[in-house]
Amino acid sequence: MRLGHAAAAVLALCLSSGATRADEVVKIALIDPMSGSFAATGRLGEQHFRFAMDRINEAQAAGPGRRLELTVLDNEVSPEKSLTLLRKAIDDGVHYITQGNGSAVAFALTDAIAKNNKRDPAKAAMFLNYAAVDPALTNDKCNWWHFRFDADSDMKMRALSAYILTRKDLHKVYVFNQDYSFGQSVERGAKEMLTGKRDDLTIVGAERVPLGKVKDFTPYIQKMQAAGADAVVTGNWGADLALLVKAANDSGFKGTFFTYYMGATEVITEVGQAGKGGVQISEWHANVGAAPIEEMAAAFEAKYHQAFFYWRIINMLDMTAAAMKQANSSDPEKVGKVLAGMSIKNPLGEVSMRADNHQLLQPMFVSVLEPGVKNVFPEVNMGFRTIARIEPEQTRMATTCSLANPS
Amino acid sequence: MEQAFLVLLNGLVYGLLLFMLSSGLTLIVGMMGVLNLGHASFYMLGAYLAYSISTVVGFWPALVVAPLAVGVIGALVERYGLRSVHRHGHVAELLFTFGLAFIIGEIVPLIWGRLPVPYRVPAVLDVPLFTLGGTAYPAYRLFMMLISLAMFGALFAALAKTRLGLVVRAALTHPDMVSMLGHDVPRVFTLVFGAGCALAGLAGVIAGNAFTTEPGMARSLGAIVFAVVVMGGLGSLSGALVASLLIGLVQTMSIGFDLPFWKALAGLGITVDVEGRLRDLWLLSVNRAAPVVPYLLLVLVLATRPRGLLGSRSA
Repeated sequence: MRLGHAAAAVLALCLSSGATRADEVVKIALIDPMSGSFAATGRLGEQHFRFAMDRINEAQAAGPGRRLELTVLDNEVSPEKSLTLLRKAIDDGVHYITQGNGSAVAFALTDAIAKNNKRDPAKAAMFLNYAAVDPALTNDKCNWWHFRFDADSDMKMRALSAYILTRKDLHKVYVFNQDYSFGQSVERGAKEMLTGKRDDLTIVGAERVPLGKVKDFTPYIQKMQAAGADAVVTGNWGADLALLVKAANDSGFKGTFFTYYMGATEVITEVGQAGKGGVQISEWHANVGAAPIEEMAAAFEAKYHQAFFYWRIINMLDMTAAAMKQANSSDPEKVGKVLAGMSIKNPLGEVSMRADNHQLLQPMFVSVLEPGVKNVFPEVNMGFRTIARIEPEQTRMATTCSLANPS
Repeated sequence: MEQAFLVLLNGLVYGLLLFMLSSGLTLIVGMMGVLNLGHASFYMLGAYLAYSISTVVGFWPALVVAPLAVGVIGALVERYGLRSVHRHGHVAELLFTFGLAFIIGEIVPLIWGRLPVPYRVPAVLDVPLFTLGGTAYPAYRLFMMLISLAMFGALFAALAKTRLGLVVRAALTHPDMVSMLGHDVPRVFTLVFGAGCALAGLAGVIAGNAFTTEPGMARSLGAIVFAVVVMGGLGSLSGALVASLLIGLVQTMSIGFDLPFWKALAGLGITVDVEGRLRDLWLLSVNRAAPVVPYLLLVLVLATRPRGLLGSRSA
């Protein structure tokens, strides 16, 4: 009975404060792995979401009285499970869905969301994609409700190859990837964008290995050495990248690794000193020289005791919140109409959401891992230093997407 | 020529590592008839314990202490877990070890976290041993080979030449008789199980820093260990050695073949219909199929010799 009284009192308190400030809570559902092998990645993303939302709520950046709230749903990286969770979220009145790990999951979600929104416009949901980078999501498989805030793998390859082509000391490129949709698209992109661009630069080999199955990469490194490769382009991530770089170091391989995911904490911890000289393409790293983000990173690390990694999650929610404020609504259709074609200035420069395929254009950085930089990974005492900045317009790709307005 | 030599060396290292992992399992299977599905988890425990110990006292003490600790854990598991399940038959045992794999797989990330730990090769061995045709060969790999060869020697000698080995072998085939003669058979089983786990732990200590020490390491090796044990013949130590080396060498060599299967087969004098129903298979290049090679070999061996290469019992 006493418990009932307490509950009633709390409820009354909530209602009264709500009534005076006209609070509106906007729920955002994060559908990502929170258990199993990829749990660490999912949890890291979740912490960035919480951090970004706390900032936005504190600054009332989504509009006066509008608060963002996170709902975390564990999909175990399974597309089927994700669809069940999506159904549940939509039934619970969530209008914003976000996901990043695995393009297969993203394909399932974007398709289901488009269908749901057509069938039941009152329960329409928007899909904020922070890391699923298959180019098809903003091309053949695009739809109006999907917005991507990470550069797709072709855009990253465009940026990376633009840099590789300027390196006159590189002549023989080896393309090495994991054998699934993402690795295949990296390989295809590298072949397209590097072949025939410079007479003294050729692709001397291309290889794919099954995801997470290979323990000893030494034989592969020997093939690269035998081919005389001086550069390796790889979309590998996690242990498949760390083991590859370690094996290269052990075998005295002299080539440079051009990677997508060298900057991930788990890769840095695993490769250790062997990672020195590795190159990555990313939208942010700790030494891009943007003081506001550095402060943010320090605050994040103090709070969660994890390295700050997903600048793009902060950027994504900042942009979405700004769009809500501008639309003066949290209705996904109204917010989406503002977001499409929206440009904002963030500490790294001008970023804009393309109206034709809902892909964010943002500056990209080619950076190299080495000692003696300002912000380092404490495990290895090395950090990334920018060697090239690629402007947003340079990453604009032709798109096959044609977006019809939702209504 | 240099390339071929290096390929051979790499195949040997990989094969011997597989042997180290599977020798413990084949010992347990052979002596006790228990197919321990949690075996690879003890390998993971070995790597993590070695990491923790090496951060305090260095790699060399860890090389001795970590496998012993894993052995003790294994012995405790046998004494207080497996033994009581034993009388309910093989299915119960199998389920028990299956559960054990899950428990260890969840406890490890609770203690050490879900991210890989920075377990490194000791500085003394982190140098190139020799350079051949521009390829450096790390000294640590030779060390790995020596350890596993020494282990094979010691194990073989212990089983074949010592009194303890005699009791162990006798306890397997005639447990009642051995027990009548005044030997404590259950204790022998505990000892064997602990020793088997310690061997897996040793493999973890050696391989954890050469490759990676992370919570998924047990899962990624679990299947291949069974392939080795079954292929070598259940319970046969020499069989496990032959199978490991075979898998290591064939897998490493197939990485070097960039040819599609139909051309590779044509080289062997076999012609296939490239445009036929199996078109995709024939056009697949040999190197891309390399990670499947152990399982192909397993099927091939079981089809021709159901007892495994050197096994005495049917699988």
